[in-house]
Formats: sequence, C-alpha cells, structure tokens
Amino acid sequence: MAEISIAAPPASPTEAADHAALHRTLFIALAALLVVLPFIPVIGYPFFLMKVLCFALFACAFNLMLGYGGLLSFGHAAYFGFASYVSAYTAKHWGLTPEASILLGTASGAILGLAFGSLAIRRQGIYFAMITLALAQMVYFFSLQTPRFTGGEDGIQAVPRNALLGVLPLSNDTVTYYLVAAIFMAGILLIYRIIHSPFGQVLKAIRDNEARAVSLGYRVNQYKLAVFVLSASLAGLAGATKAVAVQLASLTDVHWSMSGEVVLMTLVGGMGTVFGPIVGAAVIISMQNFLAGLGAWVTIVQGVIFVICVLVFREGIVGVIGKWLKKPL
Amino acid sequence: MVGTSDEIILQTRGLTKDFKGFTAVSEVDLDVRRGSIHALIGPNGAGKTTCFNLLTKFLIPTRGTITYKGQDITQAKPADIARLGLVRSFQISAVFPHLTVLENVRIALQRKRGDNFDFWTSEAVLSALDAEAERLVEAVGLKDFVRHQAVELSYGRKRALEIATTLALDPEMMLLDEPMAGMGHEDVDRIAELIRRVSANRTILMVEHNLSVVASLSDRITVLARGKVLAEGDYATVSKDPRVIEAYIGAGHG
Ligand SMILES: Nc1ncnc2c1ncn2[C@@H]1O[C@H](COP(=O)(O)OP(=O)(O)OP(=O)(O)O)[C@@H](O)[C@H]1O
Ligand SMILES: [Mg+2]
Repeated sequence: MAEISIAAPPASPTEAADHAALHRTLFIALAALLVVLPFIPVIGYPFFLMKVLCFALFACAFNLMLGYGGLLSFGHAAYFGFASYVSAYTAKHWGLTPEASILLGTASGAILGLAFGSLAIRRQGIYFAMITLALAQMVYFFSLQTPRFTGGEDGIQAVPRNALLGVLPLSNDTVTYYLVAAIFMAGILLIYRIIHSPFGQVLKAIRDNEARAVSLGYRVNQYKLAVFVLSASLAGLAGATKAVAVQLASLTDVHWSMSGEVVLMTLVGGMGTVFGPIVGAAVIISMQNFLAGLGAWVTIVQGVIFVICVLVFREGIVGVIGKWLKKPL
Repeated sequence: MVGTSDEIILQTRGLTKDFKGFTAVSEVDLDVRRGSIHALIGPNGAGKTTCFNLLTKFLIPTRGTITYKGQDITQAKPADIARLGLVRSFQISAVFPHLTVLENVRIALQRKRGDNFDFWTSEAVLSALDAEAERLVEAVGLKDFVRHQAVELSYGRKRALEIATTLALDPEMMLLDEPMAGMGHEDVDRIAELIRRVSANRTILMVEHNLSVVASLSDRITVLARGKVLAEGDYATVSKDPRVIEAYIGAGHG
C-alpha cells in the first residue's frame, strides 16, 4: 500500500451556505418562471405545461429515492398511476372537490408505497428493483381487470374539474395551471426540505455506505422504508394532480413503460441533483409533444437520447452543468 | 495497566464460521478484558476480518456464542450491537464519500438525537453538533479538511476520518480493523497516540499488521492462523513463540 501523508494543501472546499443561497435563488427564479410561462408563445399553452409539471414532480419524487436514498425502483408507475385512478374516480363518481380527490390519491400512493416498500426493502440492488417491478405489474393487471373502477382500456375520461374547496371554479386551463404550478412548487420544496433534513443526512449516509451506517447503529431498513413511502406519496401526488389537470386517468399511467420513462427523465436531467429531474421531464415531455408527428419514432429517438446520455454525460444535463459551475444544482 | 480490570467485556466460545465447506474461523475462544487494548494478529487470510464480522453480527456464526457485557449477543442485529456500545471500523476504508468530513463525523453524533426520522426539520438543527464534530476532526489531524467531501481525501486521511467517526459514538468498546493500513510514518504515530489516548476509558480490539504498533500499544495479543487461535499472551511471549514465527514465515511475512 502506498504511503500517503496527511499534510498536503487542501483542495476545493465545499461551502454549504453558498449552495443553499444559490438554490434559494434558483427556486425563486423557477417560481417566477412558472408565473409567466403561460404567456410565452409556442410552449406557453397551459395543457402542455401542466403535463410537464406533473411529470417533473413525479421524476423529482423518483429521484428522492434513487438519487438520495440509493434505491432504484422499476415500478414507480404503480404509485403515480394508481393515485391518478383514485383521484379521477373520486372526482368523477363521488363528485369530490379537486383538493379532496388529490389528497385521497396521494394517500393511496402512500399506502401502496408502505405495502410494496415493506416487501422490497428486504432485498438489495437488482433484486430490489425486480420486486418493485413485479409488484407494479400486479397493479397494472389489477387495473386491467377492474374496468368498473379504472374504465379498463378506455380509462377514466372527462374527469370533471370541480370547484376548488367547493368555491373556486377551475373554469379554464390557465386557472388549473396555476393550481398545478402551486402543487408542483410545494412538492419540490418539500423534497428539498427532506433532502436537507436530519433524516436526509442519514439517507445520504446510507446511500453512500450502508454497512457503515449500520455499524454506527442506524436501523437502515426503517430509513429505506420511510423514503420509499415519501417517494411513493409524492409520486401519488403527481399522478393525482395529473388526473385533474389533463382530465384523464388511463392504463398508460400504470404501465411498466411509465416506470421506465421516469427513470429516463431522472437520468437525462441528472440523478441526485435537485433540479435535474425537472429538466429531464421537460425535455422528454417536450419531445413527445413536439415530435408527436414522428409517431412510433419518438420511442426510438428517446432510446437514442438515453443511450447518448449514458455513454456521453452520465451525470445528466443538470449534473454536467453543475460540474462546470463546480456547484451542486 | 491502568484501567484494565479482570472483568471480561467480550467473550466468544467455540466461534466458528464456515463458507461453503471452507472454515474461515474455527473454534475461537476469545476473552477481551474491559479497559484493555487487545490485538488480533495473524497472516493474511487468517480470519481476522471474518472474526470482526461475526462479533459485530455482519456475519452469522455457524457455531459458537458471543457474550458482551454478560449478555448473549449471538443472535443480535448489527445496528443493535452499535447501540450497545460496541462499534467497529472497517478494513476497507468506510467513509461516506459524498458527505463532507464534518458531516461524516456528525452522522455519528446525530445518533444521540435518537431517531432521525424528522424529514420536516431543517438540517440547520444539526449545527449544534458542529463544535463537537470539529473537535473530533481536529483530534485526528483533519482540521484543514473539515469542509471537504470525504471522497477527495487520500487513503490515509480517510482512515483517520473513520476513526473520528467511530469515536464520535463514544463507544465502550471499539473494534478497529487495520487502522494504520496505508498511512505514512507520522500519521501512524499520530493515530497510535490517539488510540492510546482514547483507550483510557474504553476497550479496544484491534487488527493490525504493523507489529511495532501492536508491540507498543497492546496489553494482550491473540494470534490467529487459518481460522484457529495459535497463541495468546503479551507481545514478548507471543513474538517468541515458534509456532507464531513459523505461521508468519509460512505465509510469506519475513
Ligand atoms: N464471504 C466470504 N465467502 C467465502 N470466503 C470468505 C468470505 N470472507 C472471507 N473469506 C475467506 O476467509 C478467509 C479469511 O478471510 P479474512 O478476511 O477474515 O482474513 P484476514 O485475516 O482479515 O486477512 P487480511 O489480513 O488479508 O485482512 C480467507 O481465506 C477468505 O478468502
Ligand atoms: Mg482482514
């Protein structure tokens, strides 16, 4: 073993306070951007923006587990899609107000996360991922087999936008957009807080070196389960909001390819970065939207982008920018 | 030796670990006295790390019992072992690479808060632990690196950081797996001095290849070879034992 002395000059120090200030600025800029976005031509139509924001929140929820908890789930569509059904169903058939159906949808994501998480955390690495995938497939088949709840192949269409709190009518897409934007901001701020909490510190430690965390006395499975449930709840929040926003819940949302898409968004944007998944979701949804004319080719273009990402810039778009700036974004 | 009592803090009886027919640890009876520095030495592959893994429950013993402070811990879980005050370090440097040096130590101090499930609290509350973390970081000579990510540290410094993290739990008993490996001379001296200092009110079981360190630090030495206890006693006794000399030469150590 080479002998290395402890007395060399220090390298680049990381300044936590600076980073916090930078992140605060970026959050304010993002909020301002969300306010003006509907007025920007070409991309500024609310329906498209709402879709981007819902998927961005979904990707951020997924990234909380992968990027900060080190847990790769291949079945996150289950929480997103199931919550979307619950939200759509309760709005349409029970006539619940948006906040109530979104809350119920989120709760269903949490419960599903608790059940599936308890099973999955018993295994590690690829086995963990495979259990999450298998359980998510069960949700898919359940959805397929219960058309009275999910509408089967048709999904739940024309989900009504009931008045918010029973008084504020979501009269048009723009009003609804601001509701979605508010939920999105609240969601990503919560995730940011989770990452920067005492809990988040332990989470990062477990991600970095699980055995060491155990040897320090942390019961790591409880932390893994906690982040699993948080992530599933936030994925549920995204799905439930999406049902109200685009007025549709369908099998696409619980399909395994949706689980793959959220992995893609996170990796393209930058896993383990605060803002990466948002950028990743924007890129992927924009591509699907503006390249829709290419038909099935969109999938191939996505595949190519994925391969390029993995080969050329593994840190993702925001990860690479962060590296250039020498700051964690 | 000051602080060493006759009380046995850690005891194993017939401790055995088979890996698919290969016996890595075989019928080991170990008695570690409270307050002592006890060294576990032996040639490469002797089963020292496996022994540590058994003691800290990272591996399940095939046979045998482990008693810590009079309590049978043979079936305990690894995280609970740490909570009983028995904390280990790892042979392969075990830091949290993407946390800063300060955060590495603070993670251990954080355990005092009890459970850390409060995801709604700002990490700013942890700054209450910074002063103590900095003191520990300074004690292992990493003062200039407090705000660096652990991944940026050299191997020797990572080892030092690991010791600081272990010390942060203020464990009653520490298990150190080759704490000096990969360190330069000055650092070996510093860490040896540190181990001596912190051993004042605790028990240390240490695997170490650096025999001069073992000679100067340890009260008692157990020599392991091919999974079995070959000899036990103080350095003078053990180093003259022909079986020990033979085992070392046989394994290619001069
Ligand atoms: N998980 C495992 N599966 C199979 N064999 C193992 C396993 N872990 C260790 N061994 C074997 O057990 C024996 C003892 O290994 P161990 O790591 O305990 O030795 P050691 O005394 O710590 O050696 P060193 O001085 O090189 O660190 C070795 O022959 C090793 O190959
Ligand atoms: Mg070893």
